[in-house]
Amino acid sequence: MISAHSPAVSASRAKRWGSFFYAEQVLRVMRGYGWSVFLYSVGQPVAYLFAMGIGLASLVDANSAAVFGGVNYLTFIAPALLVSSAVMTASGDFSYPIMDGFKWRRVFYGPHASPLVPQQIAAGHIMASALKFLVQSVVYFAIVAMFGASPSPWGWVSAIVATVAGLSFGLPLMAYASSITKDSGQFALVQRFIVVPLFLFSGTFFPLDSLPLGVRWIGWVSPVWHGTQLGRVFTYGLEENPLLTLTHVVFLLGAAAAGWTLTRRQFVRRMGA
Amino acid sequence: MHNEATRSFSTSASLQMNPPAVITAENLTKSYGELTAVDGISFEVPAGESFGLLGPNGAGKSTTMKMIGGVSQRTSGKLSIMGLDPETHGPEVRAHLGVVPQQDNLDEELKVRENLIVYGRYFGLPLSYLRPKADELLEFAQLTDKAKSRVDALSGGMKRRLTIARSLINEPKILLLDEPTTGQDPQARHILWDRLFRLKEQGVTLILTTHYMDEAEQLCDRLIVVDKGRIMAEGSPASLIREYSTREVLELRFGSERNATIGVELAGIGERVETLPDRVLIYANDGESALEQVSARRLRPLTSLVRRSSLEDVFLRLTGRSLVD
Repeated sequence: MISAHSPAVSASRAKRWGSFFYAEQVLRVMRGYGWSVFLYSVGQPVAYLFAMGIGLASLVDANSAAVFGGVNYLTFIAPALLVSSAVMTASGDFSYPIMDGFKWRRVFYGPHASPLVPQQIAAGHIMASALKFLVQSVVYFAIVAMFGASPSPWGWVSAIVATVAGLSFGLPLMAYASSITKDSGQFALVQRFIVVPLFLFSGTFFPLDSLPLGVRWIGWVSPVWHGTQLGRVFTYGLEENPLLTLTHVVFLLGAAAAGWTLTRRQFVRRMGA
Repeated sequence: MHNEATRSFSTSASLQMNPPAVITAENLTKSYGELTAVDGISFEVPAGESFGLLGPNGAGKSTTMKMIGGVSQRTSGKLSIMGLDPETHGPEVRAHLGVVPQQDNLDEELKVRENLIVYGRYFGLPLSYLRPKADELLEFAQLTDKAKSRVDALSGGMKRRLTIARSLINEPKILLLDEPTTGQDPQARHILWDRLFRLKEQGVTLILTTHYMDEAEQLCDRLIVVDKGRIMAEGSPASLIREYSTREVLELRFGSERNATIGVELAGIGERVETLPDRVLIYANDGESALEQVSARRLRPLTSLVRRSSLEDVFLRLTGRSLVD
């Protein structure tokens, strides 16, 4: 029977790979829900693309195709649905599971007693979730492509954009979730008053500038809008000012980075170094 | 010359006979704002010893354990585990330890065996080691036939044993157990004690907190009695009982009305009389003869019981309060 390697080896491996070790745990837990994740990531796009892209589009395209930049309605909304789907998954993965980790079943405190540090536990959770968003977005994009809604050869980049958009919404949420010590329905409020408005008012179903100025700002601060517009650039070559395109990239990466930084800080504060 | 050489040889030989301390705490203090949870405690634990922290809830036991476990930073004092400071070498210290927390924090959605393997991964252990080790530990924890069950299907006692098995995945030389059997039924507790005793026999250093005196007596070579963050006494269970109590205790119940007032009438019997709300304790080296003296004074208790002194009595003597309220 071989024996365990020395504590010094454990510590140095944990220091280098600890985030991946924890990501492995999260992925193993996800595997238990593999089927529902798969059905969600295939079933949801098919249903949406069919209802909006085929049903609603038949009315929209007959009337005002010009409003949507010369592409058909299905092509217009496909990147938006792709991004929204990643953001909605993020709103689940970065809220209740964090509360679970700190409070309900205290799952973060198991690895905390091992050589891992809180920052690595946060990073592992983030990495596993990001991988999930990516797989889900790639599947979603493949279905979009099958519907013929991504004419550009660069369309596949939109799956990466959707993953980043998921993180740029999800990581600030994770920072918030890791600061909550008592659940009094905050996540349900986030769902109703942040996720849903972002979904509706982020240029998802109609261009943002067709909205009155009073609500247009929702799009400007929305990862869904920035992600959607960027996705459109890749799937059908949406023409916009390159500076604006750059702004989308900076916004998405900036929000994700800020969220990650705050999350790390909160994890360390909560669990001690 | 020759003499000196012999002397230095004998010094190093005697050092080898006393195993070096694996844990040293000096004036260890932890404050949360105004509250001082641990108030300057000092102790040393040599390798292979079973060392207990006995005290009521809120005494500072768990806080001390968290500092030893490298997951909570001390406010002041010195602490060294295997020669390392947990504040600056957290991962290295934790790599030496197995930890059984007060509340189980297993991965409920994973299968029993997978819990062990995932935990071993945190130590960077390869699957070629972890697979046979997990099976060995399941055997040790008497959970082999539950290997493929999900954790949420286990009973409380099984979960506790799985938590202990998980803490052993890295073959730690030091095991921290925070109230290992609290909330378990008597049968489950005996199984746990048996498992822990086997670890002790294998030379694992056990550090455990408990508010059960019987647990402390069963498992600890030496213990400190802690109250309000301070050490009240230190020693082996037997020596503490010898020092702070009599050999036997006579427990009398006169009914809640009379218990409070009977103390005066019992004065002079045994070495000491302690009046509790539900019973009166007479500390005496010979409990039976103390009972005879009670009868001679025509005091008729509803029930009487002679038992040996326990750590509960030590605690009562030291603090004036019972361990479990």
